[in-house]
Amino acid sequence: MSSADLTSERDLPPEREATAKGDVAPERDGPRDTGMDDASLHRWLARTWRTPPGIIGALSSVDHKVVARRYLITAFGFLCLGGLNAVAMRIQLSGPQRGLIGPDLYNQLFTMHGVTMMFLFAVPIVQATGIYLVPLMVGSRNIAFPRLNAFSYWIYVSGGLFAWVSFALAMAPDVGWFAYVPLSGPEFSPGKRADVWAQMITYTEVSSLAVAVATIVTVLKQRAPGMSLDKIPLYVWALLVTSFVVVFAMPAVMITSTFLILDRLVGTHIFNPAEGGDALLFQHLFWFFGHPEVYIIFLPATGMVSAIIPAFARRPAFGHLGLVLSLIAVGFLSFGLWVHHMFATGLPKLGASFFTASSMLIAIPNGVQIFCWLATLWDGRPVIRTPLLFVFGFFFIFVIGGLTGVMLASVPLDLQVHDTYFVVAHFHYVLIGGSVFPLLGAAYFWFPKITGRMMSERLGRWHFWLAFIGFNAAFFPMHLVGLWGMPRRVYTYPAELGWGNINLFITGGAVLFFLSFVLFAFNLVHGALKGAPAGDNPWDAGTLEWATSSPPPSYNFARIPIVTNVEPLWAEREALPVATGLRVDVRELLISTVAEAHPDIREKSATPSIWPLFAAIAVGGTFLYSIFTPWAIVWGAAPIAITLIGWFWPKDTPEDEE
Amino acid sequence: MKQRPAADLSGLPSFGLGPRSPTWWGTLGFMALEGMGFALAAGAYLYLATLWPNWRLSAPEPNHWPGTIVTLLLIVSLVPNHLLNRYAKQCAIGPVRIGMAVMSLLGSVPLIVRWFEFPALNIYWDTNAYGSMLWVLLGLHTIHLITDVGDTIVLTVLMFTRHAYSGRRFGDVGDNVFYWDFVVLTWIPIYLLIYWVPRLG
Repeated sequence: MSSADLTSERDLPPEREATAKGDVAPERDGPRDTGMDDASLHRWLARTWRTPPGIIGALSSVDHKVVARRYLITAFGFLCLGGLNAVAMRIQLSGPQRGLIGPDLYNQLFTMHGVTMMFLFAVPIVQATGIYLVPLMVGSRNIAFPRLNAFSYWIYVSGGLFAWVSFALAMAPDVGWFAYVPLSGPEFSPGKRADVWAQMITYTEVSSLAVAVATIVTVLKQRAPGMSLDKIPLYVWALLVTSFVVVFAMPAVMITSTFLILDRLVGTHIFNPAEGGDALLFQHLFWFFGHPEVYIIFLPATGMVSAIIPAFARRPAFGHLGLVLSLIAVGFLSFGLWVHHMFATGLPKLGASFFTASSMLIAIPNGVQIFCWLATLWDGRPVIRTPLLFVFGFFFIFVIGGLTGVMLASVPLDLQVHDTYFVVAHFHYVLIGGSVFPLLGAAYFWFPKITGRMMSERLGRWHFWLAFIGFNAAFFPMHLVGLWGMPRRVYTYPAELGWGNINLFITGGAVLFFLSFVLFAFNLVHGALKGAPAGDNPWDAGTLEWATSSPPPSYNFARIPIVTNVEPLWAEREALPVATGLRVDVRELLISTVAEAHPDIREKSATPSIWPLFAAIAVGGTFLYSIFTPWAIVWGAAPIAITLIGWFWPKDTPEDEE
Repeated sequence: MKQRPAADLSGLPSFGLGPRSPTWWGTLGFMALEGMGFALAAGAYLYLATLWPNWRLSAPEPNHWPGTIVTLLLIVSLVPNHLLNRYAKQCAIGPVRIGMAVMSLLGSVPLIVRWFEFPALNIYWDTNAYGSMLWVLLGLHTIHLITDVGDTIVLTVLMFTRHAYSGRRFGDVGDNVFYWDFVVLTWIPIYLLIYWVPRLG
C-alpha cells in the first residue's frame, strides 16, 4: 500500500456481496487490518479516527478522550472556583464578628460552594475519568453513543456557566445546596435565585444521565473478546455500578427541581401544605437522590483505589469477587438510607429505626472493601509512590468519616449535632477522604497515560503531606466546634462564645489545604510541559489502558486486544493476543455479547458532528429561558427538534449508511 | 507492546437487531431512567394522597372518557406496532414503510384526544395540590407521547428516502417499536392513578 492510497478521499474498493438480508443494501467492503503492516495500519486508522482540524473540527469532536479531557479541565476549574468560595468563607469565619462578608453574600457563597462541588466538580470529574478510561480498559475504540457523550459535555458547561454568571450578577442561589422548601418556595424566595438552582440541576443531571447510559452500554456491549464478566477490571465495575445508581437516582432530583420550578413559576401547590401539598415531600424526593449521590461520588473512587493498589502492591487485588459484590451491595443499599438525612423532621419512630439499621448496614460492604485492599497490600510487595500515598490518606480520612457516619446514624446523637459543624466535619471527611484523595492519587496514576509524561514524584510527596496535614487541620477541629454547638451556615458568631481561636486554626488549615492544590496545579502544568517521558506502561500495571501508547492514539488500539485474565498484561508478558479482521477505512469497533464478551458484530461508530453542540445550545437556551416563562418549553421545542433531526439524519458516510 | 493475532473478526455481520445492538441497550437505559421519573411522580401523588384524609381535596371527579379513549387507542396500536416489528426483523422495506406510516397516524390520534383530556380533569393545576399532581402526571406522559410521535414521524420520512436500505435503519425501526411499547406501558398506571384510584375511597 502506498501513501497515495491513504491521501485520496475514502477510496473504497468495489462492492463485495455481504450476507445481505431482506432489503438491506450489501455492505461496501473496505480494506481490513488483517495482515496489514503496522505503518500502513496506523496511517489508515489515524486518518479514519482523527478529530478534524480547525475550530469547527474541535467543536465536532466525538473522541471520548478529547471530550473527557475537556470535562477534566472544566471540572478542575470548577473545583478551583468552589475552593475559592470556601477560602472566602473561612476568612470571614476566622474571627468573631468579622465584617468582610455580609449575610446575603455569605448565603450565596455556601450555596455556590456546595452546588459547585457536588454538581459541577465531584460528579462530572468521576464520570469524566470514566469517559476517558472505561473504553480503554475494556479494549474498545470509542465510548458507546459518542455524540451523546459530546452533547453531555456541552450541556454540563452551559449549566456551570449559567450558575457562575448568575453568581457574578449577584443572583446566585442562596438557599443551600439542597434548597429546602418552604425557604426556596415562591413565598420566601422571590426573585430568580432559587430558579437558578432548580435549572442548574436540570442541566447537570441531563448531562450525567447521558454519560451514565453511554458508560453502561460501553461496559455491557463493547468489551474486548474474552473479557467475560469475571474479567472486567474493578474500576470498570465501579463505574458500571455507579452509572446504574445515576440512572435510578438522578431522575429524583430532576423531579424535585421540576416540581419546585412549577410551584414557583406556574403556581402549582405540590410543596404547599396550605393547598394539600407537603414540604417534607421535597426532602424525601431530594434525599432519594441525595444519598445515592454520595455513592455516585464514592464508588468510582473505590474503583480508582482498586486499580492503584494492585499496580503498586505488585499482585492482583485480593478478593476480586468480594470487591465486586461489595460494589453492587453498596449500590443497592445506597437507595435505602435517604431518611437518615431527615431524622430531625419528626419521623415515626419505626421508620427512624429502620433507617438507622440500614445506615449501619452499608458499613459492612464498605468494610469488606477496605479489608480486601489491606489484604492485597499485606500480601504484596508495596512500592510506595505518590498514588499509593494518596490511597493511604484515603484509608485514614475515610475511616474517620465512616466512624462519625455510624455515630450520626443513631437518632439521638443526630438530633444533638444536627446542622452543626460536626456534620460539616463528617461529610467533608467522607467526601474529600472518600473521593478527592483517591482522585488525586488517580491523577498521579493516570496522568502519564493522558499526557505521555510523568508528574514530579518529589512535588507529589510534598503535595500529599501538605494536603493531608492541611485537610486534617481544617476539618478535624470542626468536630469539636460542632459538639460545642456552632451551627453551620452562619456568617459570623459573637466573641463571647469562645469559638474564635479554634476557627482561626481551622482557617489556617484551610489555607494550607488550598495551597496544596496550588502545588498540585503547578505539578500538573510542569508535568505536562517538562515531565519525563512516560512510555506505554510506566507503573508496569496489568489492565488494558496500559497496552497502548501514552497518550493513546485517536483509535485507542491498532488491533483489538483479546483478554485472558483479569490483569491481561501480566498474564501475557510476551505478546498480547489480538483480533484482526476489522475495516480500517471506516470507524469500526467490536460489539460483543453481554456476559461472555464473545465477538458478535462489527459496528460502525459515529463520525464527528457539530450537531450535538447545536442541540446543546438549543436545549440550554430553553432551560435558561424557562426560568422566566413556561412558554420557553413551547418556543424551545422547534430548535430542539431541528437540531436533533440534524444530529440523527444520516450523512452519506459508511458509518451512517451500512 | 508486541502483538500476536489470535482471532479473526472479518466474518462478523455489520449490524444486529434487538438486544444484540448497543442502541437497544441505550433505549433500555433511557426507559429505565424515564420509568424511574414516572414512578417517582406517581409516588409523590400517592404520598400526598395518603397524607391528606380528604384527598381529592373536595375537587370534582374527573371525566374519565377522554382518558379511557386514549387508553383504548394506545392498546389497539400495539397490534400494528408488533406487526411492524416483524417486518423490521425481516428487513422488508415495503411493509415497514406502510407500518411506519400507520404508527405515525396511530401515535397522532391519541395526542388529539389528549387535548380534551386536560379540561376533563375538571380542575386546574393551580387550584390545589391534587390538581397540580394530575396536571403533572398527565403533562409528563404527554411530553413523552409528543417526543415519541415526533421521533416516529421523522423515522417514517427517513424510511421513504434512499437512506432506508440499511440494517441500521431497520434496527432503528425495531427500537422505535420497543419504545412505543414503553410509552403505552407507562400510561396504564398513570391512567389508573388519575381516574380510578381516587374513586376507590
